[in-house]
Amino acid sequence: MTVITLADIMFGAVGLVAVGAALAVVSTSHLVRAGLWLVVTLGAIAVEFLLLRAEFVAWVQVLIYVGAIVVLLLFAVMLTKAPIGRSTDLDRPIWPALLVGAGSGLGLATLFAWVYASDGISAPPVGSAEKLGQNIFRDWVLPFEVLSVLLLAALVGAIVLSKKDAKS
Amino acid sequence: MIKPVIPLITAALLFGIGVYGVLRRRNAVLVLMSVELMLNAVNLILVTGDSIRQQVNGQVFVLFIIVIAAAEVGIGLALVLRLFRIRGSINVDEVPLGDRQS
Repeated sequence: MTVITLADIMFGAVGLVAVGAALAVVSTSHLVRAGLWLVVTLGAIAVEFLLLRAEFVAWVQVLIYVGAIVVLLLFAVMLTKAPIGRSTDLDRPIWPALLVGAGSGLGLATLFAWVYASDGISAPPVGSAEKLGQNIFRDWVLPFEVLSVLLLAALVGAIVLSKKDAKS
Repeated sequence: MIKPVIPLITAALLFGIGVYGVLRRRNAVLVLMSVELMLNAVNLILVTGDSIRQQVNGQVFVLFIIVIAAAEVGIGLALVLRLFRIRGSINVDEVPLGDRQS
């Protein structure tokens, strides 16, 4: 179980890319660059999904996260007239954030390392999309439908919130 | 044969970085980005757990979480723009709390 395989090396490398880009997201002083580093992180996580043989989730991640959510965030950056260059007032005091962030991150990492250190699993079979579809429409139909209502509610809410002269 | 501990630790570190970003950043858009990091860490844990248990229920939840994240960012963008229109600034620590403001 202690054999390091090629897949493990790729998991490690892609994970390093994801964590490094995430660090850049929370530490850069350029607003637009934070959005672009977020693309790198989300892409690296999509690659991890592919390595875990969850192809459908990986492509949905690329389509919706990288394609839609990051674009929305960049729109928000643009519409709030953010400066293009370096901003000096993006950060709050570091110590509480560092304490809580490092505590939760390293605590969870230690827990996982302790529980799963010696586990090895055989790679799941390729092609999980069919099973995934069967699972959604057999066991999770009601949440799926509720989710569409949630999207409709979010749509209406976003329109109402951004109307020019909502009573105020 | 793959070791699930590597993606799990990656996800834990991403979650910690997301928590750090939410507490550290003052700009509301950057706070939203950090929230996305945390959501992605949870997605990675769910997919890895699926590989461990040899099932796909977690991936169903990942799809649900991605859809909810899209809705959340849409509403969040609308709120941020409204805040910007009212206050002229989207710094989260300048938002007045309670009824004490003018």
